[in-house]
Amino acid sequence: MTPRFKPGDRVRVRADSPPGHIRTPKYVQGKTGEVAGIHGAFRNPETLAYGRDGLPKQFLYVVRFDERDLWQQYRGSPRDTLLVDVYEHWLDPA
Amino acid sequence: MHDDHHDDPHAPLAHDHPQTEFEKRVDAVQALLIEKGIITPDDVRRAVEEMDSRSPALGAKVIARAWVDPAFKGRLLANAKRAIAELGIEFTQEAALFAVENTEKVHHVVVCTLCSCYPRGLLGYPPDWYKSLNYRSRVVVDPRGVLKEFGLELDANVEVRVLDSTADMRYLVIPPRPAGTERMDEEELASLVTRDSMIGVARARTPALQ
Repeated sequence: MTPRFKPGDRVRVRADSPPGHIRTPKYVQGKTGEVAGIHGAFRNPETLAYGRDGLPKQFLYVVRFDERDLWQQYRGSPRDTLLVDVYEHWLDPA
Repeated sequence: MHDDHHDDPHAPLAHDHPQTEFEKRVDAVQALLIEKGIITPDDVRRAVEEMDSRSPALGAKVIARAWVDPAFKGRLLANAKRAIAELGIEFTQEAALFAVENTEKVHHVVVCTLCSCYPRGLLGYPPDWYKSLNYRSRVVVDPRGVLKEFGLELDANVEVRVLDSTADMRYLVIPPRPAGTERMDEEELASLVTRDSMIGVARARTPALQ
């Protein structure tokens, strides 16, 4: 099992709201960021939540966004970033 | 010893509020799990006892060691779970643990926008504000403004990194070691490390002036 993305890759978070338990916040959906790191593979909490085994495991990435790309009105420094943990099945190459 | 406490005036024992729907549901699920033999009441008691034994003092011990021992800090940043085990701290949560370092140039602040993910195995229960919609919804949009409300004003040239802990990774912030602490030992240093400084909404305490 190898990760689909590597640090530095540009990725877009899928914009999707399937019914049920999801672990990808709405505010990064549809946004483009950069893979900052790979945390490893974990059982999928979106199926674990329903008493299933969470397999196959999903790679979990930490994805970096410029705050200004997330919020048009961002008031801080242009260097400020937001890092969020996103599972592989939520990411597409950008 | 005489047994006089029966005379103490006190209000009659009673539930202090009517059970909420969630509490009723939890009680029902727990009763079913026990009835089916999946868990025992003692399992529940032990889990509560284990959780209650965790507090920010554990995290403070880790930070103080990182301040005095750069090699340990390196191992903490590389593999936090393994590094804290060196201090006899077992991170019993299934989630992984990741340490990040705050410096003069970079400031990390942790949130879980989806719920209340928190390194409970190292810091104990999260504070109420950490779970509040106010903090969770605002710190991602305006971290500098929220930090200012906590009394922490950051220079414009500091890079702010908001960490949204949405999944299986828990974050521990290593605050910078305060100035004027060169002569302090590890135990004294640990007393300067507050819970909030390990979440990233505050600095460590500065030592009291002699």
